[in-house]
Amino acid sequence: MGWGWPALHNALGDMTEEIAVETQGLTKEFKGFVAVNDVSLRVRKGTIHAIIGPNGAGKTTLFNLITKFLQPTSGKILYKGSDITQAKSADLARHGMVRSFQISAVFPQLTVLENVRVALQRPSGISFHFWKPEATLSHFNDRAMELLEAVGLADAADGHAGELAYGRKRALEIATTLALEPETLLLDEPMAGMGTEDVSRIAALIKTISKGRTIIMIEHTMKVVADLSDTITVLQRGEILADGTYEQVSRNPEVIEAYMGTGDDA
Amino acid sequence: MERNHLILAVVAVVALLIAPHLLYSVFLMKVLCFALFACAFNLLLGYGGLLSFGHAAYFGSASYVTAHTMKVWGFTPELGIIAGMLAAALLGLVFGWLAIRRAGIYFAMVTLAFAQMVYFYALQAPFTGGEDGIQAVPRGELFGFIDLRDDISLYYFVLALFLIGFFVLYRTVYSPFGQVLKAIRENEPRAISLGYRTNHFKLATFVLSATFSGMAGAATVLVFQLASLTYVEWQMSGEVVLMTLLGGMGTVLGPVVGAALVVTLQTYLAPFGAWVTIILGVIFVICVLLFRRGIVGEALARFAFLKNDKAQLQRSDVAEATVTKEAAHDPVKPL
Repeated sequence: MGWGWPALHNALGDMTEEIAVETQGLTKEFKGFVAVNDVSLRVRKGTIHAIIGPNGAGKTTLFNLITKFLQPTSGKILYKGSDITQAKSADLARHGMVRSFQISAVFPQLTVLENVRVALQRPSGISFHFWKPEATLSHFNDRAMELLEAVGLADAADGHAGELAYGRKRALEIATTLALEPETLLLDEPMAGMGTEDVSRIAALIKTISKGRTIIMIEHTMKVVADLSDTITVLQRGEILADGTYEQVSRNPEVIEAYMGTGDDA
Repeated sequence: MERNHLILAVVAVVALLIAPHLLYSVFLMKVLCFALFACAFNLLLGYGGLLSFGHAAYFGSASYVTAHTMKVWGFTPELGIIAGMLAAALLGLVFGWLAIRRAGIYFAMVTLAFAQMVYFYALQAPFTGGEDGIQAVPRGELFGFIDLRDDISLYYFVLALFLIGFFVLYRTVYSPFGQVLKAIRENEPRAISLGYRTNHFKLATFVLSATFSGMAGAATVLVFQLASLTYVEWQMSGEVVLMTLLGGMGTVLGPVVGAALVVTLQTYLAPFGAWVTIILGVIFVICVLLFRRGIVGEALARFAFLKNDKAQLQRSDVAEATVTKEAAHDPVKPL
């Protein structure tokens, strides 16, 4: 193992640790524009791995590739050791890899509780039962309320998700994602647009749920990245600029240069 | 909400049971057939978010199959209807399987193209009778002993069919399946990311919608003893869109109201000839301009708005600072 990995990678030591998600030479071209270029990434199981970089660095495209919302032009993606380059998005979710979206992705005309319940009912195998009343789903209500409490939304459970303020929609999205009890979470800017209070709440929540889970996270708030992540990968123009711990990355002259003058709150 | 639905259902059923003694039963049966058709269509459009522009294919092909099996093969009415529904389901499975790969306007175009294929087949095929259609279809005897030649008996049979269809569609909308379907309509990528194979759900919805459109087409054959090209024409596909939008798509009762309105206008304005189309067109334009959610959709929104205002007044003592309103979304569970 370990062909062609950047030397920096070996940040927290131990190369023999289990790898949850791995990409090998992942490339995505859009009509001549290379959005993601030869990205080889290894995310160790049970860690929080942040992906940072200026706008247009290809972070979200990389997420879309890993979760199979986009098909790569070349390269390979491995999930827990097996090749998932040809897999389908929905099947990945069934195997424990669940993503969230940059633009808040709730189901606006369902209630807040129903949003979470839709996720809870999926593994139960009753989702095709069109002949059963909705009341069949009520035994998921307690679990749904627990999840809503965890993200501070219990008071809004009966309202329509579309009526929530932006930051609270993001919180709902996290609750919905957690409902699937995924092994691996990919969070695309989970705190974008949140107020300070919500940010610390969600940061604490991510810390809590990270036990026994692998989290890959795109985030702009440097403080959050520094506090939460075990490993950081810096992307720039579709390529890996650096990776390592926060200390290593923040001292890297190339990273400092890339972030200079971008106005990011580093 | 569930209890309100039940009360409303009981009142409606009683009214429908009395109706043939007050109104012309053939007219009522026509309303019921088209209401069922619109409800089936609404499952796909209102809850699945898929605009099919070729639903006449399922309505019409079922009507031909029912007419043929009853007239030529001597099927009893119930078997003829089942045969028609099966034909519509099969057609829905094939066309749906191909069409759900596309979304939006492309989906509409693909379904229209398939429906036109069915139309030209019906025009040319020997068993459909071409321009003449299949005429003088015997109404037969239900289960071998209930004579359906009597309009009132037939009315109750058609009513039973309507209620079965309506109940199945209602149940589907408010079921675990319906929840996922609505989730897919609201945000498909998110539903995929939760692990739902959304195409399976869309296809199942398409087949259900086609099957009950077929039931409506089959019932129409019993009423008019005729299966003709009118039932497979693109105008029929357009009419069901009109009914659903007028009444309110994505509401359970909307399509029924829309169908009743359109059929009533067509019937009572018949003396004006070609003007019917123009009058309907004007009503449609007014409807789209003034209440985009359709008649039932708009009524529900108004009702919920009043209720919300009251609720908010009561809540204002415990004032929550973070109440934000996004007016664009329907604030009620559609009836």
